[in-house]
Amino acid sequence: MMTNFILAPILTHMITAVVLLFFWQRTQTQKVISVIGNSIAFLMCVRLFYATQEHGFLTLNVGGWKAPFGITFVSDTFSSVMVMLTALVSLAVGIYSTAALNPSRIKYGYFFLFHFLIMGLLGAFLTGDIFNLYVWFEIVIISSFVLLTIGGKKMQMEGAIKYVTLNMLASTIFLTAIGILYGITGTLNMADLAVKIAAIENRGLVSVTGLLFFAGFGIKSAIFPLYFWLPSSYHTPPSAIAALFGGLLTKMGVYAMIRMFTLIFRPDDFTLNVFVVIAVMTLITGALGTINKRSVRRMLSYLIVCHIGYLVAGIGIYTELAFVGVIFYLIHDVIVKSNLLMITGIIQKIRETIDMQRLGGLYKDYPKLSFIIAIAMFSLIGIPPLSGFWPKIMFFGESLKAEQYVLFGAIVLASFVTLFVVARMWSEVFWKESPKPLTEEIDHFAEVSFPQKVALIAPIAFLSLVSLYIGLNAEGIFEVAQKTAYELMHPNLYINAVLNTN
Amino acid sequence: MELLLVLLVAILYSTGIFMILRRSMVKLLLGLLLLGNGTNILIFLMGGLTKGKPPIIDAEERNFTNVYADPIPQALILTAIVISFALTAFAIILLKKVYSTTGSDDLDSLNIQDMDI
Repeated sequence: MMTNFILAPILTHMITAVVLLFFWQRTQTQKVISVIGNSIAFLMCVRLFYATQEHGFLTLNVGGWKAPFGITFVSDTFSSVMVMLTALVSLAVGIYSTAALNPSRIKYGYFFLFHFLIMGLLGAFLTGDIFNLYVWFEIVIISSFVLLTIGGKKMQMEGAIKYVTLNMLASTIFLTAIGILYGITGTLNMADLAVKIAAIENRGLVSVTGLLFFAGFGIKSAIFPLYFWLPSSYHTPPSAIAALFGGLLTKMGVYAMIRMFTLIFRPDDFTLNVFVVIAVMTLITGALGTINKRSVRRMLSYLIVCHIGYLVAGIGIYTELAFVGVIFYLIHDVIVKSNLLMITGIIQKIRETIDMQRLGGLYKDYPKLSFIIAIAMFSLIGIPPLSGFWPKIMFFGESLKAEQYVLFGAIVLASFVTLFVVARMWSEVFWKESPKPLTEEIDHFAEVSFPQKVALIAPIAFLSLVSLYIGLNAEGIFEVAQKTAYELMHPNLYINAVLNTN
Repeated sequence: MELLLVLLVAILYSTGIFMILRRSMVKLLLGLLLLGNGTNILIFLMGGLTKGKPPIIDAEERNFTNVYADPIPQALILTAIVISFALTAFAIILLKKVYSTTGSDDLDSLNIQDMDI
């Protein structure tokens, strides 16, 4: 179905960002406008999600140029799920930021960049044109560069250098791959590419191009040999920005990877083996990286890397049920990771540190808050019936069915280490007696005014509830994931919807 | 002509990668710039080279009678140049800021934070 509505969430964020520019340096007004913009965009995203569920594929040929020639926007189930997740996280983080960031950061355009970043993400999820995807990626990374470095201290600068360099390199690789792809097919529309690439005789060149895309997206999604920028940059910015990055930015790379390797490049055995090997290495290195960390934030950075491994593993197995697992895990992971990174901000506010050795006794001081946090933490491990449990079962089953025993071992190891690390986090931060010298220090959280407290706690409670909902209503989520996986495994549906050939 | 451009792309990529692997921040930036330019020329090359045939036809003519230059790679390169221009401007400012906070051009001196765990 053709509809202009696809662009509505993107435009809402763009307009919000532009309006914010008129209120430069006026922090209170900016906060209000941002929350209103986020809420409207959230409703638009929900509507887009349900419209996609109802009508199937939604497409829009921008400027009226017919499909393979102009830029196309497509909303299939996968895109709309990603849009929905972006909406949830951006609403939560947007509200959280109003209280969590200090006014000087907001004065220098935090909310403006925030909305541009979300706009870029939504665009990347909805576009059906590969060069357009590149442009959205660039919008996202340049916003993230500024968000990462704004008001920078020395440590933040050090992380930013690695982040900026590797992301610029990834863009170059991505652009090179697009250039070669255009050279061999003469088109940029993803559906048209899928048709034309199947007719190319030089399969070697196609595989090489595919692996170039894999390397480009691999840097962005932090897979095994290319992830080093992530743990050294994600723990430096304030928690609101880290939540946005940790939840959504790496998943954008995974989204592009899944889209590319289900629609355009149908991977051969060699490529699938590469995926499996890289998934195993990502799972193991990410898991081992968490063990010796004392800072909660650094631990979470490595957990992000580790859990990207599950997603790549799902792509490596390449069955419909494995993709159900990938989509389900993606839904669960985006929500929980953003939530946990916001929680580190609260912990820091309460105790002035996120070093586990100096933390403790939070359960005694804040029992209700600890309960909300516990939901998020134990969802991450996947204790049944919480949300992480269901996709992991699918990964276990599918890796055994595909006789990938090494991969199975790596998945078990990563799950076990996640359990160990989160349980340790829980006991060190919440259960352990607070170390003596720190109990006399000021609790900054108690000084915060009531509305600000609400703005800090409400998003966390909201995302915890969403996690709980995903876990308890697994059947509903499973249905959506199944529909997505079916569409991914049958790319003809996508191609027909875009090119209008039946 | 194609061969010359292919060689140019190869030289730009190899020098770019070589420069990225150096320890100096300025060389790192130059390396990224060279890689970006190499990519732009690659896209230009992939569109096919046609000499002196702009993709414009007279109003009276209904069809393209001649082989004409593909306009899309040029549009892509233009977009890519603008984007890399913005990224480079940002990167230069960032490097200057890093230089003024750390007082060093050496990338190895940036690894202090990785030592504590």
